[in-house]
Amino acid sequence: MKKYILPALKLTLVLVVLCAGIYPLFIAAVGRLAPGQGGGEKVVVNGKVVGYANIGQKFTDDKYFWSRPSAAGYNAANSAGSNKGPSNPDYLKDVQAHIDTFLAHNPGVDKKDIPAELVTYSGSGLDPNLSPAAAQIQVARVAAARHISPDKLKALVDRYTEGPLLGLFGPSKVNVLRLNVALDGMAGGKTAGQ
Amino acid sequence: MSQEIVGVAVTFLLTLLLAYPLGRYIAKVFKGDRTWLDFMAPLEKFIFRICGIDATKKMTWKEFLKAMLTINLVWFVYAFFMFLFQAHLPLNPDGNPNMTPDLSFNTAISFMVNCNLQDYSGETGVTYLTQLFVITFLQFVSAATGIACLIGVFNAMKEKTTTNLGNFWAILVKTTTRLLLPISIIIAVLLAFNGAPTSYAGKDTITTLQGDTVQVSRGPAAGMIAIKHLGTNGGGWFGQNSAHPLENPNYFTNMLEMVAQVLIPLAMIFALGFYIRKMKFAWVIFGVMTVGMLALVIPTMITEIHGNPLIAKMGVSQFNGATEGKEVRFGAAASGYWSIVTTIISTGSVNSMHDSSMALSGLMQLLGMLVNAFYGGCGVGILNYYIYIIITVFIAGLMVGRTPEFLGHKVEAREVKIAALVTLLSAFLIKGGTALACYYFVHHPNADWATKPSAWLNNPGYHGFSEMLYQYTSSNANNGSAFAGLNYNNPFWNITTGFAMILGRFLPIIGPVAIAGILAGKKYVPESAGTLRVDSLTFGVTTLAVIIIITALSYFPPLALGPIAEYLSMH
Repeated sequence: MKKYILPALKLTLVLVVLCAGIYPLFIAAVGRLAPGQGGGEKVVVNGKVVGYANIGQKFTDDKYFWSRPSAAGYNAANSAGSNKGPSNPDYLKDVQAHIDTFLAHNPGVDKKDIPAELVTYSGSGLDPNLSPAAAQIQVARVAAARHISPDKLKALVDRYTEGPLLGLFGPSKVNVLRLNVALDGMAGGKTAGQ
Repeated sequence: MSQEIVGVAVTFLLTLLLAYPLGRYIAKVFKGDRTWLDFMAPLEKFIFRICGIDATKKMTWKEFLKAMLTINLVWFVYAFFMFLFQAHLPLNPDGNPNMTPDLSFNTAISFMVNCNLQDYSGETGVTYLTQLFVITFLQFVSAATGIACLIGVFNAMKEKTTTNLGNFWAILVKTTTRLLLPISIIIAVLLAFNGAPTSYAGKDTITTLQGDTVQVSRGPAAGMIAIKHLGTNGGGWFGQNSAHPLENPNYFTNMLEMVAQVLIPLAMIFALGFYIRKMKFAWVIFGVMTVGMLALVIPTMITEIHGNPLIAKMGVSQFNGATEGKEVRFGAAASGYWSIVTTIISTGSVNSMHDSSMALSGLMQLLGMLVNAFYGGCGVGILNYYIYIIITVFIAGLMVGRTPEFLGHKVEAREVKIAALVTLLSAFLIKGGTALACYYFVHHPNADWATKPSAWLNNPGYHGFSEMLYQYTSSNANNGSAFAGLNYNNPFWNITTGFAMILGRFLPIIGPVAIAGILAGKKYVPESAGTLRVDSLTFGVTTLAVIIIITALSYFPPLALGPIAEYLSMH
C-alpha cells in the first residue's frame, strides 16, 4: 500500500485542480456569452424582473392562466415532487380535490376535457409549461375575469404555443409566465414581455 | 404523441451513431495509436512527472487492484471531511449547513462509487465548494475508475498469455484527459446555451408576476450536469435532478442528456471489439443487451403513454399520458424511455419521479437495476456482463460435457466460484437490506430513532414496500435513483445503504478483474472444432437465458410483493 499512497495523494490533488477548478471556471467563462450570462434567463417587464423564463410560478388568480399543481409550492429554492404512488388512496383524493377546485373556478368546462396535468403534480414542482390544451381550457375563465373576448385569448395562446423541437420531436407547450405577461400587456392596450 | 415516440427513437439511433466511432477512438487511445487529441500528451506527461508515476510500468491484476483501491480510499476520506465541514469552507453563498456524520458517510461513499444516491437535496444540503470540488471531481474519477478497470480486463483478454493488465494510473489519467473532459466540455457548453446556469452567483430573490416573493437557487451547474450523464453518475445539482427546469431546460437538452448517458456504455462494447479484434463478439454482446433494453423500455413507454387507470376512472383526460411527477416539456414517452435507460445504465439521474411511475414501469426500473448489465454503467456494465459470461460458459460447458473455455483459457473452479459469489452478493445485499428494513418497520415502528420507522414511507401498502426494495436495489446497483418518497436521511438508511453501495461497487469490480487476470495467466489453448464459440448467436441467446433465470430465481418473491402486487391491485 505504501508504494501506492503517495502517487494516489498527488494524483488526487492534480485531478481536483483539473476537474473541479479549471473545468467549471472554463464553462463559466463560456457561459457568460449565453442568454442570461450564465445566471439563468430572466423575464423583464418595463425594466422590472418578474421571473425566470424556465422557472414556473404560482398563478392562482382567476385572471391569470394557472400553472400546474406544485408539491414545492413553486419555491425555487427547494424543488420537490409529490412522490405519491399511482395507487395511493390519499393521493387519489388529492387529485379529486384538484378536479373539484378546477371545476368550481371554470364553470361550463366538461370534466372529461380537463387535461390530467392540471390536477397532478409536476416532477420538479417548478414546471414552467402547460400543454396547449391545458391553456385553452382556461380561456373562458380568464376571458370572463378580464372582460376580453375569448377569441382574442385563444389567438394569444396559439401565438405562445411552441411546437415540437424542429417541428419533429417532443410535445408542444406553452410557457405560462410569458403567456401571462403578454396577457397583462393586452389589458394595458400594449404588448409586452416578448 | 407520434412526435414524442419519434423523438425517443431518434435519440437512441443518434446515440448508436455516435457510439460506434467513439468506441473505435477509445480502442485507439488505449492501444497507444495516434488520435487527434494527442496534443494532450504533454499535459499527461506533466501530470505523471509531478505525481511520480512511471506510466510505462506494467501491473499484475493484484497490483492494478491495489492501486485502484488505494486511490479510492483517499477519495473517500477527502470527501467525508469536506462534507462534514462544508459550512465553514469557502464558496457557500447560500449559507448551507454541515452534513451530519451519517449523511456525510453515505454521500462520500455514494459519489466515490459512481452511485450518486442523494439523501440530501442539492439546493440546501451542499455548498458550491462540495458540489464542484467533491461531487463533480468524483463524478469524473469514479467514471474513470470503472473504465480503467474494464480496460485492464481488455488487456487481459487481448493477449494469449500475459500477467500485464496495464498501468492503472496511466489509464485513469488518459480516461480523464482524452475521453471524459473533452466530451463534457462540449455537452456543458450546449447545456449553457440552452439555459443551464454556469455562474457562481448565489440564490436570487425575485417578485413574481402575481406578487409573491420567491428565491431561486442557481450555481455553476452546467459542467456538473454534463459529467453526471457522460460518466453515468446521475447525482443532480438541484434536488429534483433533471426534472428541474434549470438542470434540463427543454426537449433538446433532454435528448442531449439521454444521449450523453448511454454514449460511453455503448461505445465500450464497440471498443471491446476493436481492442481485442473480435468485432463479432462485440455485436453479439450489443445484441443481447439491446434485446434486454427493449424488453424493458417498450412496456414502460406503453404504460406511461396510457396513463393511470385510477385517474382515468375519475373522468379527466389523459391524452398526453401519465402526468404525475412528469414535466410537460418532456412528455410521457421520453420520461418513460429515460426512466429505463437511467436504470439499466447505472446513471440514476431522473427527469420524472420514479415513485410516481405506474406500477409496471416501477417493475421494469427495478429489473433494469437488478440485471445491471444491459449496457450498464461506465466500464462496470461490461464487467457485470463478464460475470454472466463466465457463468454461461460454465453452464454451457456442463451441458455439452466439456471443460469450459473462454477465449482460449480453461475456466476452472476458482473463477466460477468468484463469479458465483459476485452474483449471490447482490441478492444478499438487496433482499437482506429490505428484510432488515421491513423488520424494523413492522416490529419496531416507534423505535426512538431520529426518524421513527413508522415515518419512513410516503405511500402505504405494496408501493411502500417497493420504496424500500428500490432503495437497496439502487444502492447495490450503484444506480442512485430513488423512489424518493422514502424518508432516507437518517442514520438507519444512510449507514445501511452506505455499506450496500460500497460492497455493491468493489466486489463486482474486483471479481471480474481477478478472473480476467487469472485466466490471462493460464496456458493458451488454441481454438479447435470443439471450442465453445462465444461470438455465436447461440451463445448470445444462452447468456440472455442465464441472465433471465438468475434474475427471476433471485428476485421474483420481493418483486411479487411490491410492484406486481400493486399492478394487480390496480387492474
